[in-house]
Amino acid sequence: MPFIDAIRLALQQIWVQKLKSFFTLLGVMIGVTFLIAVVSIVGGMSRYMTEQLVGKIMAVNSFELRYRPNINIGDHDDNYFREMRRRPRIKESDIEPVTSALPEGVLWAAVGYDNLAASSKYVAKPKGVTAFTVTDDYFTIKRMAPVSGRLFSPQEFERGMPVIVIGQDVANYFFPALDPVGRELTIRGIPYQVVGLMEKQGSAFGISFDKFIVAPHKSPINRFVNAHGVIDAIMIQTPSREGMLGTMEIVRQVMRARRGLRPAEKDNFELETSDSALEFWNKIKSYLVIAGVALPAIGLVVGAIVIMNIMLVAVAERTREIGIRKSLGARRRDIMSQFLVESATLSTVGAALGVATGFAFAKLIAAVTPLPAAVELWSVFLGVGIGAGVGIVAGAYPASRASRLDPITALRAE
Amino acid sequence: MSQEIVEAPLGATAERQAVLATAGEAPGKDWIIVTRGIKREYDMGGEIVRALRGVDLAIQRNEYVAIMGPSGSGKSTLMNVIGCLDTPNEGEYWLNGTRVSSMSDDELARVRNKEIGFVFQTFNLLPRATALHNVELPLVYAGVGAVERKKRAREALSRVQLDGRMDHRPNELSGGQRQRVAIARALVNNPSILLADEPTGNLDSTTSEEIMRVFESLADQGQTVIMVTHEPEIAQHARRIVILRDGLIASDDRRSAFVEKLGMTA
Repeated sequence: MPFIDAIRLALQQIWVQKLKSFFTLLGVMIGVTFLIAVVSIVGGMSRYMTEQLVGKIMAVNSFELRYRPNINIGDHDDNYFREMRRRPRIKESDIEPVTSALPEGVLWAAVGYDNLAASSKYVAKPKGVTAFTVTDDYFTIKRMAPVSGRLFSPQEFERGMPVIVIGQDVANYFFPALDPVGRELTIRGIPYQVVGLMEKQGSAFGISFDKFIVAPHKSPINRFVNAHGVIDAIMIQTPSREGMLGTMEIVRQVMRARRGLRPAEKDNFELETSDSALEFWNKIKSYLVIAGVALPAIGLVVGAIVIMNIMLVAVAERTREIGIRKSLGARRRDIMSQFLVESATLSTVGAALGVATGFAFAKLIAAVTPLPAAVELWSVFLGVGIGAGVGIVAGAYPASRASRLDPITALRAE
Repeated sequence: MSQEIVEAPLGATAERQAVLATAGEAPGKDWIIVTRGIKREYDMGGEIVRALRGVDLAIQRNEYVAIMGPSGSGKSTLMNVIGCLDTPNEGEYWLNGTRVSSMSDDELARVRNKEIGFVFQTFNLLPRATALHNVELPLVYAGVGAVERKKRAREALSRVQLDGRMDHRPNELSGGQRQRVAIARALVNNPSILLADEPTGNLDSTTSEEIMRVFESLADQGQTVIMVTHEPEIAQHARRIVILRDGLIASDDRRSAFVEKLGMTA
């Protein structure tokens, strides 16, 4: 029997017994729903982690020389933290030797930051902001631009003038309904003139990236951000991704030489990339994927058993039909494929419904929780493929039973 | 019935005996069915039931034969063997020049599809399919394309005067109409034989006559018809009547002889 006729016949059978078919495919539907939902949410989180969270903290093609990792989400033991505490800080005096060894075209910026309380005359209550002190190329590396006002002039950088650019949240809090450019923000008793308002950076997992102020490295604020002679990080950006590893190696050798490390000793500083920051996430992700696949698999097994049971009932109920078909010339494989296609179609319809509800579910979760969801096209094919597979596996035994029925006995069945 | 009695001049007794005697040899192409020493035994829970005990039967193209016999005589088993639904334990069965007695399941399915058109007592139509779709079924298994299939199914339904009922399901049709759908289905693939098992068993006498007239006209058109029945009134529509008893052929007569024996008026 041609495949298309078999599918049409299967759909007719499903349509004739709508309610029964629905309950039959419920198991597969639920299994696929959860599979799709989990895949969508894990995929969404993954994209969020790489593009939003880490992407916002780390600039593209860049790495940071730090005394320990900034993004520190991981299952580390006490030894790790003890080792971290023993590490020496990165010094102002490291800047010159490191940056002079960098190849042509590589950008760098010294960065320090801390949370400091700020106040303005427009709002009664002071509020904490993340204060950065940076050198010239910081804004180029981070690709940050002002929406109004300007960035710092070379003179302001050089002389360490009390000027700042601020983030959107800072502007909204300290200068409500006012243009912040040209106004003053006071930090630790020193007024700073706002010269620029930066574009919105967005947020990740409910944490805003717009609660910052940035000042020149030499400005008075630096002594509240960095301890004397110490800096938090040197941010280094290569023109392309390919050049990054080589540049990291240059920086590593300079630092090892300055620290006088023997070949057997490990680095006592950190060269942090977005990849190293994502390492832990990738580990969590693999656990999530395993759980996200294993749990729906149980649903699919139950679904398969239900389908097998229903198909066995169908074979028993339609024994006479099988006899009629055989008397008219249906071969074993015709009967076999009829029932296989029927159970595969049943299960695929269930899987298709599961894909739809799974997407709806993922979207719902994305809408009501901070968890993001990304609908992946391949998961549609995965879900439908699994559906067809479950149907074929579940239908194999009933179909083979049907195909082996003796036509004479089958014709006599009531 | 006043029509002229059509005797069974084809396959005179001597010729039949000749074709039955040459065991292992393919019969000539005029012979549509030749069975030589067919035996069929069933194991019914330790007890051996010998349904057929050596049946020799030769039927030529264009014959209209009734197979009669009381229940337990083996006529159903013989019909199943002739219809390729069952295979004999012993003996040979030649259908349309092919030896089918030792074929595999799938080969038998192909033979049923191409060579045999079944008409059953209980019609055996698919209840949820329309008349047209029921008639299409043998063509589906023959691998005929959808357009051609529909065309041939319509033609077959026209032949049994069911043009207006093609899209009706079996439960929307009368018994006689259902049986005519079954006949259309049996004929749609141009089979060598039309094999009817108690075709009027579920029909009233008027409708039975109507179905018998359909068979009559098919036989007149040259269709080989074999009908299994236990009713003499039905059997006497055929031109040759074979009577089975205890798994053996008890008599094999022309209609006139049969009618005479029964004391019926033809």
